[in-house]
Amino acid sequence: MKVSLFITCLSDTLYPRVGEAMVKLLARYGIQLHFPTVQTCCGQPAFNSGYWKEARETAKTILDAFEDSDFVISPSGSCTGMIHHYPKLFEADSHMHARAVKLQSKSYEFTQFLVQVLGVKDLGAVFPHKVTYHPSCHGSRLLGVKEEPLELMRNVVGLELVPLPFAEDCCGFGGTFAVKMADISGAMVTEKVDHVLETEAEVLVGLDLACLMNIAGNLRYRNQPVKVMHLAELLYEGVNQA
Amino acid sequence: MSTAGAASTVKERADLALNDEFLRKAVKFTTERLRNGKKQASDEHGNWDDWRERGRQIRLHTIAHLDYYLNLFADQARANGVHVHFAETSAEAVKLSLEIAQRKQAKSVVKSKSMVTEELHLNHELESIGVEAIETDLGEYIIQLAGETPSHIIIPAIHKNRYQVADLLSKEAGETLAPDTSILAGFVRKKLREKFLEADIGMTGCNFAIAETGSMVLFENEGNARMVTTVPKTQITLMGMERIIPSWSDLEVMATLLPRSATGQKLTVYMSGITGPRRDVDADGPDEMHIIIVDNGRSLQLGDPEFQELLNCIRCGACLNACPVYRHIGGHAYGGTYSGPIGAVLTPALNKNVGEWDDIANASSLCGACYEACPVKIPLHEMLIYLRRRKLEQGHGNAAESLGMKGFAAVMGSARRYSTLVKLGKLGQKLVVRDGGIRLKLGPLKGWNTYRVTPSLPKKSFRDQWGTLEQELRHGLQELDPAVKSRMEAIMRDRDSGGGNGHG
Repeated sequence: MKVSLFITCLSDTLYPRVGEAMVKLLARYGIQLHFPTVQTCCGQPAFNSGYWKEARETAKTILDAFEDSDFVISPSGSCTGMIHHYPKLFEADSHMHARAVKLQSKSYEFTQFLVQVLGVKDLGAVFPHKVTYHPSCHGSRLLGVKEEPLELMRNVVGLELVPLPFAEDCCGFGGTFAVKMADISGAMVTEKVDHVLETEAEVLVGLDLACLMNIAGNLRYRNQPVKVMHLAELLYEGVNQA
Repeated sequence: MSTAGAASTVKERADLALNDEFLRKAVKFTTERLRNGKKQASDEHGNWDDWRERGRQIRLHTIAHLDYYLNLFADQARANGVHVHFAETSAEAVKLSLEIAQRKQAKSVVKSKSMVTEELHLNHELESIGVEAIETDLGEYIIQLAGETPSHIIIPAIHKNRYQVADLLSKEAGETLAPDTSILAGFVRKKLREKFLEADIGMTGCNFAIAETGSMVLFENEGNARMVTTVPKTQITLMGMERIIPSWSDLEVMATLLPRSATGQKLTVYMSGITGPRRDVDADGPDEMHIIIVDNGRSLQLGDPEFQELLNCIRCGACLNACPVYRHIGGHAYGGTYSGPIGAVLTPALNKNVGEWDDIANASSLCGACYEACPVKIPLHEMLIYLRRRKLEQGHGNAAESLGMKGFAAVMGSARRYSTLVKLGKLGQKLVVRDGGIRLKLGPLKGWNTYRVTPSLPKKSFRDQWGTLEQELRHGLQELDPAVKSRMEAIMRDRDSGGGNGHG
């Protein structure tokens, strides 16, 4: 059985520690992740901007990379969500479409795989900190990953989960939106961070690095010391502390 | 026109709103109240997603057979004594309305809230032939006094606070009215009562048209629509051609979905079903009733697999209340009659000029809150992407972006080129990184870095580390639990037999 890591370009280039945490956590359950190096980016920036030809060129690297994988796991609900768009993206080419449908059926976001497939809800982690959680839009709304991260966090010893006001509101990232409509996006991330600060949490946790980069960027701009972590990192740190 | 209407681009209009603290506060306040109300009402009702699905199925079915149901509706309405007219364009709908007003030698028209008449700019047209048009919905009346357009589908004056409203109404009253909602509403009630009594024509929109009996149904909270449809001698109803539902039993589903989604009410204060003009046995009602069925770009969506579901919309406004972009910029920034996520898609779609339409489809983070809020599950977040794509297909792309995307595909199309670029990035960033972050406000980073610090690339990417990591893992790998292994195998088998696609 081949379980592969879809690292996503953001984790690969900016947040390799998230990939490392995932790999090491899954190894504890006997999952040896496989990492096909032909993968690059899921193509979402091009797809969402309407450049579907360019998106197909990029998406092809993902289809090639995971052709013979049985399960494909990624640290992002949004990039996994992009794979769910592949059948539409390749609808005019029956061969590619079939490959896209196949890839979609075996792709999982990290916590989805952990909870739904491995049946792991309690990693035996310890993390004695005040934490708040931002549910990223694509993972929670489009993939339906809502309960999994909460369940995992509830089982972390010492973790105090503080509800984030207006948690379900978008952080304002939106890919090229943050560049094209910078002031609207800026208003959104500013409000998101206002809410994070209201919680007085030490750590903001999430499942999508793009959103976390956005929120962390604004926290840093405002010189706020809240630590921003992917849930895989938090859990990995937690099992090492246990 | 509103101030926002005068600005030419989405960005300019959005900036006006972003710099208007009154507007942002007022919009946040009301959209929060509405969406919390919706959440509570739908939770209390229970099985909300099943109701949404049922609503969606009714709308899908109706739109798929729209020709049949429109004919049935028209036949039934005519049998009830209604004059039914079809208008293909906005101009035809205006012409039909004005002709009726002229034939009736009307001096004044009282209107209950209707987005379709906003779409036709009908008030302005009526005034151009010397007919006074009075909006009788409180919010709409305020907007009319301000000389603006509605900034929300159901709460037209959402962007105004009560002090601004008091100023407007004081001007109309010729005396200073206190910014107290009961005083302000009291003034309007008294004023409008006179208007109802002297009006020659009552004009309404239509929430649902029931095909089986040729009836039209109005949902409202102020009783003004009931006045409009009972006092004047002539009634004109304008309805979009997609307002149809097959039967009264379908209305039960719509009446469950619409008020809860719109305002969080279980039922609106007034729900009127009107089947024809006044009969001899009726105490009140119009002697003459017209229904003008308006196309105005709607039929262009028929048969378009990406946009046909736009016609399923029941105009509840829930997508506006849920939208984090609308929350910050309000409705006028959208630049069309319909605002928010539905407006961003509907306006260009109805105007047939998806290609030339301005950047409004880009003013979305594609978060999907609109889809989640929609009582008939219209995938607006996907339609926004289709709009962006169509704009490019029609040759209205941005040259710099297009070049950038070609570069993106060239780099990301190959792992080798991708790795090379990351290496170049690590070299290049040395010029701009300070304390592990980039604060430069230049080029594409300008907007982003106005609100954020960009992280720098770490020394080693994940793929740089993979070799070492893999070696490390080979030691101490745990045994896969046989139960988990067999579950994984079962998932794979299920997938091969055609299932397993719907995980998540």
